[in-house]
Amino acid sequence: MKTDDLITAMAADTQTVSQPIGRILWIAAAGGAIAAALIFYFDIGIRPDISSALQTPRFLFKFVLTLTLFASAMGLILHLARPEAVPRAWLLALAAAPALLIVAAIAELLVVPSSAWTQRLVGSNALVCLVLIPMLSAAPLIALILALRNGASSHPILAGATAGLVAAGIGATLYASHCQDDSPLFLATWYVIAILIVTFAGAILGARLLRW
Amino acid sequence: MAQLNREEEWAALMRAAIDGDAASYRQLLESLAQSLRAATRRGFAQAGAALNDVEDVVQETLLAVHLKRHTWNSDQPLGPWVRAIARHKLIDALRRRGRRIEIPIEAVLDTLAADEPRSDLDRQDAERLVNGLHGRQQIIVRAISLEGQSIRAVAGRLGMNEGAVRVALHRGLKALAAMHRRGHEE
Repeated sequence: MKTDDLITAMAADTQTVSQPIGRILWIAAAGGAIAAALIFYFDIGIRPDISSALQTPRFLFKFVLTLTLFASAMGLILHLARPEAVPRAWLLALAAAPALLIVAAIAELLVVPSSAWTQRLVGSNALVCLVLIPMLSAAPLIALILALRNGASSHPILAGATAGLVAAGIGATLYASHCQDDSPLFLATWYVIAILIVTFAGAILGARLLRW
Repeated sequence: MAQLNREEEWAALMRAAIDGDAASYRQLLESLAQSLRAATRRGFAQAGAALNDVEDVVQETLLAVHLKRHTWNSDQPLGPWVRAIARHKLIDALRRRGRRIEIPIEAVLDTLAADEPRSDLDRQDAERLVNGLHGRQQIIVRAISLEGQSIRAVAGRLGMNEGAVRVALHRGLKALAAMHRRGHEE
């Protein structure tokens, strides 16, 4: 086939253009979040002392952290789904959530006597955290990877890992309203491990599924 | 300056194409093909790769432009987007041919400005790819591309409705792109 003939075929295929990739990604994130929320609602549920928890800054900080993670990773993935170079600012924005967490953990170490550090860090249900955050992140991760297959990322592994961070942002936000452990020390350990598991899964999926 | 004007023209053509204007789209693809041919040839020459399948890479890049055009943000210029795709496909093509080379983005940028006259390069590879399409897809892609038939004419001839022909054509182009990727990995 000559290139001109191929062009004729492509010009005849003008009408089958997909939705813009940004819209596809938002739909995937929303759909994944709804699926995860349903799983959360039916299988996990909000903690019983929610009304008193809402008065405590530690509980509220969990959402500041997870939503910051979600927002920064979502902003980055909207660029990573396109072939062009990613603006540096969005890569740097990814540092916002870790920076918040480090500040909060240092504050916690200053406020809480050192004898209580271990108990705060170990918490009451670390294993549940390690299971439920990845579980709640699974649907958003799958939806985002499928959406990214419509994209054209120059960095498939990074795009997959970032999809993992977006998904973990959704999963961790839901889980945070169930979890009784609110110390930043707990977050800095168990939430971080759980989020990294999801990120790693995203990177592997990205390497395998996002080449084009 | 010429480069800037051209890029504005490209972006305008692509906007029209996304709104369904086939004539603008054809004009855009022809202009891109010329620039991509020059850029790919330069890239191959720099890497010391044989020039006889440059056209193959041009076609693969054009297919990527076509199938990924919804990843272009229409508020942005088209040039950087096309260059990113061209660079991705060029590096990929060289890697498959066992040549690892970093192509500086500027090199692709420079060469996208230059036009390359058409040339009759070895196209056996591309021919083989079309032969790899399945039954109806192959008939439809051939009829529309080689014979220049309209979607309506093909639909009438095959007793299909136009929507089904459009879908088959689109899938056929997707399959061609996939074969480009796979064909060289073996």
